[in-house]
Amino acid sequence: MEAILTKELTKYYGKVRGITGLNLSVAEGEFFGFIGPNGAGKSTTIRSLLGLISPTSGEAKIFGRDIRTEKEAILAECGYLPSEAIFYPGMRVKDAIRLSADLRRKNCSEEAERLCERLKLDPSRKIDELSFGNRKKVGIVCALESNPRLLILDEPTGGLDPLIQHEFFEILRERNEKGTTVFLSSHVLSEIRRYCRRAAVIREGKLIACDSVEALSKTNARRVSVRGQVDLEGLDGLRDVTRTEGGVSFLYSGDMHPLLQRLAGSEIADLNVTEPDLEEIFLHYYQKEEA
Amino acid sequence: MIIVKHELKQGRTAFWIWAGSIAALLGICIFLFPEMKSEMDTVSDMFASMGAFTAAFGMDKLNFGTLIGYYAIECGNVLGLGGAFFAAICAVDILSKEERVHTADYLLSHPVSRVRIMTEKLASVALRILVMNGLIYLISIGSMAAVGESVPWKEVNLLHLAYFLLQLEIAGICFGLSAFLTRGSVGIGLGLAALLYFMNLIANITKSAEFLKYFTPFGFCDGATIVDEGKLDAGILAAGLALGALGILAAYLKYPKKDIR
Repeated sequence: MEAILTKELTKYYGKVRGITGLNLSVAEGEFFGFIGPNGAGKSTTIRSLLGLISPTSGEAKIFGRDIRTEKEAILAECGYLPSEAIFYPGMRVKDAIRLSADLRRKNCSEEAERLCERLKLDPSRKIDELSFGNRKKVGIVCALESNPRLLILDEPTGGLDPLIQHEFFEILRERNEKGTTVFLSSHVLSEIRRYCRRAAVIREGKLIACDSVEALSKTNARRVSVRGQVDLEGLDGLRDVTRTEGGVSFLYSGDMHPLLQRLAGSEIADLNVTEPDLEEIFLHYYQKEEA
Repeated sequence: MIIVKHELKQGRTAFWIWAGSIAALLGICIFLFPEMKSEMDTVSDMFASMGAFTAAFGMDKLNFGTLIGYYAIECGNVLGLGGAFFAAICAVDILSKEERVHTADYLLSHPVSRVRIMTEKLASVALRILVMNGLIYLISIGSMAAVGESVPWKEVNLLHLAYFLLQLEIAGICFGLSAFLTRGSVGIGLGLAALLYFMNLIANITKSAEFLKYFTPFGFCDGATIVDEGKLDAGILAAGLALGALGILAAYLKYPKKDIR
């Protein structure tokens, strides 16, 4: 069964584009990455799925339930962590966690206690006095304490220190192994590479790629770094050309033969050809049409 | 009842400040009455000769020398305006604050329908108004007894009932506004309460503006008329309650479909 399924999901804010014709499918039990630049439509997608905004057209289902008509049943099975975890003024950590459990009509005190311990969160502290990272931890506990079938996490690691980030992903990995579907919207590509099996890339409100992280990472482009003088004028398949003192670095996805000819005719002190890293590949997705 | 409890907890400081201030002011005014009673003949004459101002506050129909005459005017200014402001602030912010302080994502991502959230929030506003009025009523009655005056039960009860209904009407209208607003809601609520108050003053001054009484809850709270006739004006009251109900209806039509930013 699909945990998330959208068909031609479209959202316009008046005349402003949110997302257009989004077709997305996330199977139950997947650890799924959702990536895209700022303003691409990631939050619009998430907010539509959670019923915070109504889609202009198209349809979306979570565990086979329609987001328009079965919102409460869907939310009962979802844990959501917004990118900015904001709570009511004057509340203590334990109050926010308790209120979240009460709104779900569940007693989650044992699980909440376990999570607080693992994330090193003091439940007696006032939320107003907490740092951004610690407020995020409160949001994580609220999202996870009821053991939901689907976790929707929007930029979950912002503000968390590396040790807590590691612990957080360990918790997610454990939950995922037990069958929880994790939908992770993130800018941090190393997180996507390390934890997600599949990922989708969204740009300008449209889904431009959706595949296994391995397949998305595959490219025939190479990062070429040259120390010396080389004339690149007229070469096809050049991207991200960075000139430095005494050299040049670029991504090359064209025919190797003309590049080798140029290099052979140049004065080169050193040459390095490597596979581009994941960041560079996704940057390529982000900037595809501009290139 | 989780949201009712949560809202009452969130609004408790504001509640005690408003309820305490209004009750204390009313109590102080009542305690001042015995001292002022002896001078009231002169004061009544002075107030009766202030032309339009006299009519605006209904001072042409009331005898300041009696407790109820004094209380009706004082009640109108302290409980009427204070209660209206409190009801407006409570109701106009109750839905919109979730977006204003960015807690909407937290609240609305839980498995509780928006209609249920609205109903519980509305109940919390009504409960606050009810408890505040109960408290103020008890303090007023207690203060009257404490200064040794006999309580004019019928008139006092009618006045307090009128102001309670006034607050419910304003709360209903402001609840409707709250569903549409995201920012600046408190200012709008206070402005609306003040506007409704002044609409009644204008209606009291000129005959041609008397129709305004049907559009402001202060129209059925006119202390002079209540004391004079011993009843609330059913027509104005019905129009007022209908306005409040319209506000609530508008909120129920808008908020369940509202895009939360």
